[in-house]
Amino acid sequence: MNANVSLTTPAVSVDIEGVNLSYGTNHVLKDVNLAIRPGEFFAFLGPSGCGKTTLLRLIAGFNQADTGQVRLSGKDISGLPPWKRDVGMVFQSYALWPHMTVRRNVAFGLEERGVKRAEVEQRVEAALGLVGLAHLADRRPSQLSGGQQQRVAVARTVAVEPKVLLLDEPLSNLDAKMRVQVRRELRDLQQRLGLTTIFVTHDQEEANTICDRIAVMSDGVVQQVGTPMELYERPANLFVANFLGTANILEGKVKGAGETRAFEIEGGFSVPVPADRTVPEGARLVFRPQHAGLVAAGTAAPGLIALPCRVVHREFLGASVRYGARIGNSEVSVDLPFQSGSDLHEIGTDATLTLPRHALMWLAA
Amino acid sequence: MTAIPTSAPRARRLAATPGQIALALAIAAFLLMFLVLPVATVIYVAFTEKGTSNFTLVNFYDFFRTELFMRSLWNSFYVSAMSVVWASVFALPLAYLTTRFVFRGAAIVQTLGFLPLIMPPFVGAVAMQLFFGRNGSINLLLDDWFGFKIDFMEGLNGVIFVQSVHYFPFILINLSAALRNIDRAMEEAAQNLGSSGFRLFRRIVFPLAMPGYLAGASLVFVKVFDDLATPLLLNVKDMLAPQAYLRVTSIGIADPMGYVISVVLIVASVTAMWLSARALKGRDYATTQRGGGGLAKREMTRWEAVLGYGTVFLILALVLAPHMGLLLLSFATIWSYSPLPDAFTIAHYGRVFGESSIYIKNTLIYATLAGGIDIVLGVAIAYLVLRTKLVGREWLDWMATAALAIPGVVLGIGYLRTFYGVTLPDGTPLASLWITIVLALAIRRLPYALRACYAALQQISVSLEEAAENLGATKSRTVRRIVVPLMAGGILAGFVTSFSTAAVELSATLMLVQSNSDAPLAYGLYVFMQSAAGRGPGAALGVVAVLLVAACTFLSHLIIERSQKAKGMGH
Repeated sequence: MNANVSLTTPAVSVDIEGVNLSYGTNHVLKDVNLAIRPGEFFAFLGPSGCGKTTLLRLIAGFNQADTGQVRLSGKDISGLPPWKRDVGMVFQSYALWPHMTVRRNVAFGLEERGVKRAEVEQRVEAALGLVGLAHLADRRPSQLSGGQQQRVAVARTVAVEPKVLLLDEPLSNLDAKMRVQVRRELRDLQQRLGLTTIFVTHDQEEANTICDRIAVMSDGVVQQVGTPMELYERPANLFVANFLGTANILEGKVKGAGETRAFEIEGGFSVPVPADRTVPEGARLVFRPQHAGLVAAGTAAPGLIALPCRVVHREFLGASVRYGARIGNSEVSVDLPFQSGSDLHEIGTDATLTLPRHALMWLAA
Repeated sequence: MTAIPTSAPRARRLAATPGQIALALAIAAFLLMFLVLPVATVIYVAFTEKGTSNFTLVNFYDFFRTELFMRSLWNSFYVSAMSVVWASVFALPLAYLTTRFVFRGAAIVQTLGFLPLIMPPFVGAVAMQLFFGRNGSINLLLDDWFGFKIDFMEGLNGVIFVQSVHYFPFILINLSAALRNIDRAMEEAAQNLGSSGFRLFRRIVFPLAMPGYLAGASLVFVKVFDDLATPLLLNVKDMLAPQAYLRVTSIGIADPMGYVISVVLIVASVTAMWLSARALKGRDYATTQRGGGGLAKREMTRWEAVLGYGTVFLILALVLAPHMGLLLLSFATIWSYSPLPDAFTIAHYGRVFGESSIYIKNTLIYATLAGGIDIVLGVAIAYLVLRTKLVGREWLDWMATAALAIPGVVLGIGYLRTFYGVTLPDGTPLASLWITIVLALAIRRLPYALRACYAALQQISVSLEEAAENLGATKSRTVRRIVVPLMAGGILAGFVTSFSTAAVELSATLMLVQSNSDAPLAYGLYVFMQSAAGRGPGAALGVVAVLLVAACTFLSHLIIERSQKAKGMGH
């Protein structure tokens, strides 16, 4: 990856406004509003069937919205056919044409744009150089490995210097090791080109590691938009908390008010609610396994919330040990760092679960 | 994110471009003109009073009252059913032995098994007469050695014998495919639960292969029922298709009986296809899993091997007899009342390539044009059905496929009746032009070409086209640069199927050929075979036809294989 390719035009913003889309009675996208900034690496993250690929294909022009607009740098492109949109898409299957060599694949978009022959060849070389595959230009796609095919697909798309780069699960067909390498390459490339990029994935780790901001989607609705850290630390609802990382969720009810306001969980245990917290209707208590502590019964440090529990489960994970602790009728996970020689809690013993106040979240569905 | 008031729902973009709509309309017009209209005319005439346009059932009453027609109807059924039985007798051992056992030469058996198909059945009929006829080689030898003869070729027996030898590959192909598609795990699961041997075959293998067998058998039934040339050549006239032909050619185009028989032929075809489709419904048993092989193949014991190879050899000798006979006949001076020809000559070939080369030229032109029309229509229909949301697009597919159920003789009669009234500026009726033959051939072969194009397009992932559109190619550019090149193999296969079957087709052409100079090879063959003196040149012409079709098939196979390899589609 050494060639000098840079965008001649400034990066564009992508605005999705009031988009609704239905297939028959199936409401796939529900009032989606997103503002993606110029040059941003943005992810649509969600489980399969959440509408993220539909939204991406809407931007590319392969789906038509019932209502709403897609705007590039303020200009509405909703009425344009796919071939006039100038948004480059890398397909999940790569969609390399098997009857053309790598070079002809990459040249295709330039030829369709009527670029002069000499310039086509030069830009193909540059694009292939960008992904480090110039030496494989005369091979057929079927003669390349999965990772190489993926890079050809990227080169083919960036060769036409699109306004926006769309990546549809580009890593899903790669093995675990390649995935880590390719996602770094993608990030590097995007940084170098300064190209507004939208990345669709169901894998939160992929989204977290390479994206500036993420839109978490579920059931056709954008649940929350934010940086990976914001989403992890301040999830807007139970879905986001659960989808990004592991979350312990306890049901219960708010009792009392003001200073004595507390959240009473099943089994009669009560957790004080800090005065500055709002607890939405039907909220549950949420905390991350690594924020909780587990100490011998009755030895909790002052200042921490202490809940009596019983150790019911233990898994050794390497750097940490994950305990299952039963509180009343619920079981929660607690991750403790593993230090060799330290005493482990035995299954079946009583213990105390400790929680710092700042780690507690009350979230609704 | 600021909330933006949602705009009023706007209509989705039109489901198809104007170009696509125009294309669909053009295809629909073509099919209506050259398929629906002629067939509708036939049906219309069958139900109207002669000379007027009053609806009547009296024609059908006459049909069912006439002893000759009822006998013909029964004979057609009998011959078709018996042909299925005998075709099964030939196909079952070949399919079973080559798929269930480690069988040396299995590939050769499967290939040789297809050979009968590349020769018109009526051509084989002549050769079969020479081997199996009353004074053919076999009977002469039998008479010599044992003092008796067997009536292989007498009357209906001859038709059944020729047809079953000719059409058994349909059963072989379908049954072999069905057997190969059975997942080995199906068999192993049964074995694991304690089943083996014949019980395993009866309860698991046979039911799983049944749909394939039925598909092949119904095809054989319909083909035999509709065939015109074979019974005519064997001088069997009391069957339905020959009756229809004879009524129209001898009594005249206005006689309603030819049309009534045509309607009966259509009804029989449609019923047979409908029954098999119904029997097959919900029984798509292709159970092979990813990575799983077909049925386990077993080594044969010594005696099984003797029996197995013996059976296969006998059947192959039988099904290749027409080819052998034809080849011998084409080089024979005189071959009569003797097991083998008296002497050999190449004079027949000289005649074929001399004065009769017009037949070959015509055939090449007609079959090429018909194949060309078929793949253009096939690609267009497949694209419209699979890639657009055009309202009513399935109708194009159904219409084109409906041609399967229309016997050639019916289409021929329909063309004559419909287009004889249509005259060109100089007064020649449209029906007498050679282009009518091409159109009839194209319509007859369209279903096969369409299926090939359909399958080819189905294998192309839509994302390959979306990628092209994403990079700036319009719909039509995408079709030209991506879709058609990727379909090339399937298109070629479709073309060859159309070409090679059109080259030996006779049912429809027999009605439509108006002059010898417009006649294709199959017609020339038929004319030659009518007279004893013409048999030598006729056989030579037959050999040319067989070689032509075989060469095309082999060539296309080669090209497809190479292009597949180049595209790396092997995995």
